[in-house]
Amino acid sequence: MVKVIIDGNAVEVADESTILEAAALTGVEIPTLCYFADLNDVGACRMCVVEVVGEERLAAACNTIVREGMEVITSSDAITEARETALRLLLSQHDLNCAYCQRSGTCKLQKLLLEYGIAAWDDWGNVVEVTANPYAKQLVKGRRAKWPGEIIVQRDTNKCVKCGRCIAACDKLENIGVWSFVGSGAFSNVGVADGLSMRDAGCVGCGQCITHCPTGALTERDDVEALKAAIADPEITTVVQIAPATRTSWGVGLGAEDGKLDVEVMVAALKQMGVDYVFDTSLAADLTIMEEGTELLHGLGGTAPDERGITWPMFTSCCPAWVRRVKDCYPDVLGHLSTAKSPMMMLGAVIKTWFAQKHNLDPAKIYSVALMPCTAKKHEVKLPMEANPGIPDMDGSLTTRELIRWVRSANIDVASLEPAPLDNPLGEYTGAGVIFGTTGGVMEAALRTAYFVATGQLPPPDGFEFVQSPHGCWVEATFALGDAAVRCAVAHGLSNADSLLDAIRNGVVEYDFVEIMACPSGCAGGGGQPIDGSEAERGLERGQTLRKLDKTKLPLRYSHENPQVQMLYEEYFGEPCSELAHHLLHTTHVAD
Amino acid sequence: MSRLVVEAKDAARRQQDEIAEFAARRLTSLPPEQCPVDFTASLIRLFQSDSCGKCTPCRTGLGAALTILDALLHGEAEAKDLDTLAVTARTMYTASDCAIGFTAGKVLLDALEGFAEDFTCHIEYDRCSCKAKPEAPCAQTCPAHVDIPGYIACIRAGRLDDALRVIRNDNPLPTVCGYVCEHPCEATCRRTFQDDAVNICGLKRFAADHAEWSAAPACKPATGKKVAVIGGGPAGLTAAYYLQLMGHAVTIFDQREKLGGMIRYGIPDYRLPQARLDADIDFILSTGVDVRVDCAVGEDISYDEIASAFDAVYLAIGAHADKSLGLEGEEAAGVISAVDFLRAAGSGTPFDLAGKRVCVVGGGNVAMDCVRTTKRLGASWVECVYRRRIADMTALAEEIEEAQAEGCQISQLLAPVGIQLDDAGDVTGLIVQPQIIGAVGRGGRPAPFPADVEPQVIPCDVVIVAVGQDIDSSAFAHVVDTQRGCIVAREDGAIADASSLLYAGGDAVSGPATVIKAIAAGKVAAANIDEALGYAHDVFDSVDIPPARPAIGACGRVNLKDVAFAEAALTFDLAKIGMSCQEAAQESSRCLRCDHYGFAATRTEEVSAW
Repeated sequence: MVKVIIDGNAVEVADESTILEAAALTGVEIPTLCYFADLNDVGACRMCVVEVVGEERLAAACNTIVREGMEVITSSDAITEARETALRLLLSQHDLNCAYCQRSGTCKLQKLLLEYGIAAWDDWGNVVEVTANPYAKQLVKGRRAKWPGEIIVQRDTNKCVKCGRCIAACDKLENIGVWSFVGSGAFSNVGVADGLSMRDAGCVGCGQCITHCPTGALTERDDVEALKAAIADPEITTVVQIAPATRTSWGVGLGAEDGKLDVEVMVAALKQMGVDYVFDTSLAADLTIMEEGTELLHGLGGTAPDERGITWPMFTSCCPAWVRRVKDCYPDVLGHLSTAKSPMMMLGAVIKTWFAQKHNLDPAKIYSVALMPCTAKKHEVKLPMEANPGIPDMDGSLTTRELIRWVRSANIDVASLEPAPLDNPLGEYTGAGVIFGTTGGVMEAALRTAYFVATGQLPPPDGFEFVQSPHGCWVEATFALGDAAVRCAVAHGLSNADSLLDAIRNGVVEYDFVEIMACPSGCAGGGGQPIDGSEAERGLERGQTLRKLDKTKLPLRYSHENPQVQMLYEEYFGEPCSELAHHLLHTTHVAD
Repeated sequence: MSRLVVEAKDAARRQQDEIAEFAARRLTSLPPEQCPVDFTASLIRLFQSDSCGKCTPCRTGLGAALTILDALLHGEAEAKDLDTLAVTARTMYTASDCAIGFTAGKVLLDALEGFAEDFTCHIEYDRCSCKAKPEAPCAQTCPAHVDIPGYIACIRAGRLDDALRVIRNDNPLPTVCGYVCEHPCEATCRRTFQDDAVNICGLKRFAADHAEWSAAPACKPATGKKVAVIGGGPAGLTAAYYLQLMGHAVTIFDQREKLGGMIRYGIPDYRLPQARLDADIDFILSTGVDVRVDCAVGEDISYDEIASAFDAVYLAIGAHADKSLGLEGEEAAGVISAVDFLRAAGSGTPFDLAGKRVCVVGGGNVAMDCVRTTKRLGASWVECVYRRRIADMTALAEEIEEAQAEGCQISQLLAPVGIQLDDAGDVTGLIVQPQIIGAVGRGGRPAPFPADVEPQVIPCDVVIVAVGQDIDSSAFAHVVDTQRGCIVAREDGAIADASSLLYAGGDAVSGPATVIKAIAAGKVAAANIDEALGYAHDVFDSVDIPPARPAIGACGRVNLKDVAFAEAALTFDLAKIGMSCQEAAQESSRCLRCDHYGFAATRTEEVSAW
C-alpha cells in the first residue's frame, strides 16, 4: 500500500493503483474519454490530466501509477486549460450534428462538451458551440471519409475521437485486431489494420467495437427500413422473433430502466408498428436443446483423438461470431461444432415451413426478421441454409438498438402500452430457453434436458455449478449423465476461447462439451445491445435479468417440457435429429 | 510467410534517412534572412509528421496550430489568435504524453516568446519585422560583414592581393583571421545544403600567405582631427586603420612592448606566428598611425591628459584580468593565471615547466591554448581539469581533439575544490570533487553536481587557472560605467553622457569574445567617430569582383592538415599546414556565389557599404 494525497486528502491505495483509481477512492471523479476500465488506458485524449506536485508537466491520471507520498491536484487553471483545449481540438474535427446522431445522450464527448460549457443544447435537440471554437473546423472529406454501406459495422470518421477503445475491445476481448491506429501525425486515425478489408482482417461482426465506442463513430448497419417496407406491403406477412437477451435491456432509451420493460410490452409495440406475427426465439432455443442435446448424447463416449492426438469436444454453434471465427481460423475445429442451427435460424426454418403450411402462406411472401442483441446475426441470416430453395429462411436481423430507434421514430409511448401476448404457437418458452442469452445458459439448458434423457429423471434446475478453470479464463465442471461423465467448459469472449482452444490442442485440458460466446457475458453483453453511456460492461447484469426470469417467472425450466416443442416433434419432426430435423434444423459448417 | 524475418531497411526508409541527414545539415545552416514566423510554421509542419498521433494535443493540436500560423502568414489572423496559439502550445507542452508532443509544444512556446515582435508585426502589418537582409548568408553572419563571396571569387581567379583588398574593406587583419578566426560565416554557408561548408577561413589564410601584398590605399586628405586609440588589440588596430584612412591623425596607446593585445599575448605562436601578426600590424601602421607602446594609461599618462589632447578617444582595452577560482592556496607561487602564463610565453619569457606536472583548470579555448603551450614548454604531465563534460566545453571541438592528440589529458567532471600545498608553500596537487552531470539548466546546458564520492587529489607542481577574464578599467573609472565587469557603451560604441567624444569597444565592452567581433567593433567605432567628428568619409576600396561562375558539383571540403602531433607538441612552430594552390583552387570553386545566384544578387553592392 502507498499513501497519496489527492486534493489535500490522504488516502492509502494498492501499490499499482493509478491516480484515477486513487482519486475515485477519495470521491474525486476525474473526467475521462478514451479510458475504459480494464480495457483501455492508452492515455490518448488527455482529458484526465492532473497536476502532480513538483512536476512541471501534467500527468494522465488513467495510466500514471501512484508512488508513495505523491501529491495530486485534480483541479486548477492549468488543468482546466489543458482539458478545454483538448476538447476544443477534438471538437474541431468532430461532426457536431447531435440531432441526428444515434449516440446523442449517450455520447461521452457530448457529455464532456456540455460539462465544460463548451457546447450546450439548443431548442431543436442539437448541441451547439457556446462560443466559437478558436480552431477551424477540419472534417475529413474525400475518400477517407467514405465507408462501404453494406458492412455490418459502420464507421463515421468525422465522429471518431481516436481513443482506441475499439482497437482495445477487438484486440483484448476478441483477440482479433481488426482495428488499428493507421497513418501518422495529423493523419493518424483509426482504421482497419494493415489496409485490409474488414472481412480480410478477420472481423466476425461481434459489434464489441460499437458498444465500446464513446461516440457515434461506430454504429451497426441500419436495416429497419427494409422491414418497414415489408410492413407497408399488403402482400407480405411480417414475422418478428425476439431473442432472449433483447428483452433485458430494450427499455434503455425508451424511458425505462435496464431489465424493467417486459417482452409483452415489446410485442404490443411491434404489433402497433404493424408486425403481423411476433414469436419468441426462446422457443427455438428449447428446440435447439432437443437437437443439440441429442447430438451431445450421441457423441458421448465415442469421441476419438484426431490424427494429431487431440481429443475435441463438441462446441456449441449458436453464436454466429464464434462460428465465423472457427471458419476463418480453426479448420480443425470446424467438424466439432454442433451441426444444430442457432435458435434464430431454426425458428426461421420453422416459420417458412411448418408455420407457413399451417397458415397457408407462401414462404416467399413472408418477411421474417429477428430482434437480436447481436450484430453478427446480420451476417448469419445471409448464410446459405434455406429450407425452401431460393427463399432465405430469415430476411433480416435487427439489433436491440435498431428496435429502440424504430420504436422511438414511431412515437410510441411504451409506458402507456397495454402488454400483449406473444403469438401462438411458437410463443411459448421455458426458463432453459431464455437463459440462452447469457454465458453458460446454453450449456446449462442442454445439461438439464440431457440429464433427463439419460437418466429419465429431472435434475435440480439450478444444480449445475461451474468453477473457474485453473488453466485459463473459463469455467468448467464434470457432470454424471447416467453412466457417462460429461466434462464441460464455458468461455465467453473469443480471446478466452482462443486460450481454451490452445489448452485443448496442447492436451492441458480435455472436455466433452464446450460453450463459446463471443461477447463478454454472452448475448446479454452482445454487440447489438443498447449503450447507456455508463462506461461499464453491462452484460453480466443483463444476464442476471434472464436468470431471474428462469428462476422466478417461468413455470417450465426444462426445454423438453415446452409443450409447443413437444407439439412440433409430434406434428412435424417426429423426433430430435430425425431426417426432417436434420434437413431443417441442422446445417453443415463450411468456411465461406 | 515466415514467422520472423531479419529486418533490413527498405529503400524508402533508407531514402528517408538520407534526406533527414541532408535536412539536418540544412537546418544547422539556416539562412539568416528566414522569417521567424514562417520558420516556426515549417517546424510545426515537420513536427506534425513526427507525431504518432495518439494524444489529442499533439495529433490535433499541431495541425490546429499550423492552421493559425498559416492564417498569420497570410495576413488573416487577429491578435486573439496568438492567445489561442499560446494556449495550444501550452497544452501540447503540459498535456502530451511523450517527447514528440511536449518538445513540439516547448518549441512553439519558445518561438512565441522569442519571436513576439515578428508575430505581432505579422498581425499588425501582414509582413515580417524586416530585420533580415537578402545578402549572402556568410557575409551576413560575419560580424564584420566581409564580402566573402567577393574575395573567394578573387582567389578562384588567382587574384590573391585583390582578395586581401576586398577583405580589408571590412577587416584590416586578414592574416590574423586567416589563422585564428572562429569563422561563424561557415556555419551558415549554403554549400552545407549540398555537401559541406566552404573552408572560408582556410582560403583567407591562403590569400594572406601567398599574395603579393600591395601598399595600403592612400589616406584621405588630412582633416586635422586627432583620435586616440587606447589599446592596440584587434578592436583598436581596426579603428585606427579606418580612421587614419579617413584622414584623421590616429595615435595608439598600448601598455605592452608590442601591439596586438590578446592576439599577440594570448594566442600561442603555434596557432599564429608573431611574424604573421606583424605583417598585418605593419600594413595598418603603414597608413601613418602613430604608436605609443609601453605606455600604460593611468600610470604613464592619465586619461584626462589624452582626452584633452585629442578630438576623440576610442577605448579598446580588452579583458586582461584573470578570474580566479577563489580557492584556498590559490595565492601560492605555483598557481598561475592563464593570461599571465600565455603573456609570458608570448613575450618570449615563458615559465619554466620542464619536467613538471601541470593541471590546467577550465574548458574554453584559452584552457586549450594553455595545455598545448604547457606541453611545448616540456611539462612531463599536462592535465586539463573541467567540471562539466567534454561535450559541454566551450572550446572548439577541433582544439580539444588537437590537445588530446598532442598528449594532453582532458579530464571531465572534476570540480577543483582546493590546492594542496606542502610546508614550503609549494603546490603538490589539485584537490577535485568528482561530479555527475545533471539537469539541464536555464542556459540549456546540463549542470554538474557533486558525486557521492570523496574528493581526489591530482598530484601536480603547477596549476594554471583558465576560467575566464575580466577587464581592468580602473584608469577610466571616472568616465565610464561598468556592468557585470564590462564597460557600458551604446550600440554605436559611444559612451553616453561623456563630456568629450568617447567611444569604447572590443572585449572591454562585450566581455571576452572573438577576434572578428573585436574587429567589427573597431569598424563600427571608426564609422561613428568619423560621423561624430563631422565627416562622412567613404574609404571603400573598389575591387572588380570576378563575374560569378557556377560552382563545382558535390565535392568534399578541404580541411587544413596538421603537422604530426608528436612533432608539433615539441615546438612553437605553426601546427596547421595551409592549403596548397591546388587545394585552394578547388575549395574556392566550391563557393556557390550566393551574392549572385539567388535573391542576394539584388543587394551585392551594399554588402560592403558602411
